[in-house]
Amino acid sequence: MLPIQPQAVQELLDKLKNQELYLHLELTNGAYTFEKDRSKLVASNLIRNVKVSYSNGSISGVGPYRVGLKMPEGWIYAEGLTHYEETEPERAILAGNDNDGKLVVSLMLSPEPF
Amino acid sequence: MERHVLIVFPHPDDESYTVSGTAAYHLHNGTPVTYACLTMGQLGRNLGNPPFANRVTLPTVRRGELEASCAAIGITDVRALGFHDKMIEFEDRELLDGKLRELIEELNPSLILTFHPEYSVHPDHDACGAAVVRVVEAMKPKDRPKVHVVAFAKGHERALGPADVHVDITLFLEQKIGSIKAHKSQFHTDPVFEGLPAHHPTIRERFASEKFWTYKFDTHPKK
Repeated sequence: MLPIQPQAVQELLDKLKNQELYLHLELTNGAYTFEKDRSKLVASNLIRNVKVSYSNGSISGVGPYRVGLKMPEGWIYAEGLTHYEETEPERAILAGNDNDGKLVVSLMLSPEPF
Repeated sequence: MERHVLIVFPHPDDESYTVSGTAAYHLHNGTPVTYACLTMGQLGRNLGNPPFANRVTLPTVRRGELEASCAAIGITDVRALGFHDKMIEFEDRELLDGKLRELIEELNPSLILTFHPEYSVHPDHDACGAAVVRVVEAMKPKDRPKVHVVAFAKGHERALGPADVHVDITLFLEQKIGSIKAHKSQFHTDPVFEGLPAHHPTIRERFASEKFWTYKFDTHPKK
């Protein structure tokens, strides 16, 4: 993965629009958060391989980045994205990794299930 | 001496700090050891900075690390059961318990090493221990293997008392260090990565003993 280049990600989002895609959307602060600091809340979510289609998708911000995807009847949104997989031209593999290299947010779209 | 030791954990790397020395000890005694790993840890958070993997490639990286860890310990029978990371507590119980029951029937272990069903911090850890306990508890008492559990959640000693099984692994520190080092995507801040030899006092003090609680089953099988 490389630090996000917004134009490259935008081109990919344009290429993937208006077709059936499998979505992976994940947000996590880690299962050990509470064990390390009792004032913290362990929170995470995961949507994996749910079929979606969007008509407008864009990347925004100056880094970390935001991505919003407009669907016929709703939205998909992720904030905190830092890296993209430059070797995957047919699917979007985006992640927000913190300075320790730990994933916090993941947004992935693919014509085939993950 | 044990007949066969079965290790059941949900993630590649769960074995390193908990049972790697004990597994090496049993292998040294000539006891076969099987490691059943429920998931590939595909939702692991550590991808590195700069990243060495992404959400798609991480399970392959972690499978390689699992194999390297087992090679370091000497375990040759590794079973990847193919469940999804973080979802063990939500898995179809018939499917999950059925896979474990099949393994126990096939291997006939005299000892199972797993997590405590309540004091193991990560939901997958607890759910893994709970599944093992359900399956063993359903067996006739005379057929049940011993179950030794790892526990480390805050308050576990208050709830469980002190551990009743302590395995001296001084002779197997190399294997343990090898196992920890094999999971380099997961552990990278440990002193073992600072090049300390296996018998350095710091390493010995921290790692020379592995402790377990003997899980106490009811005397009558549960339905």
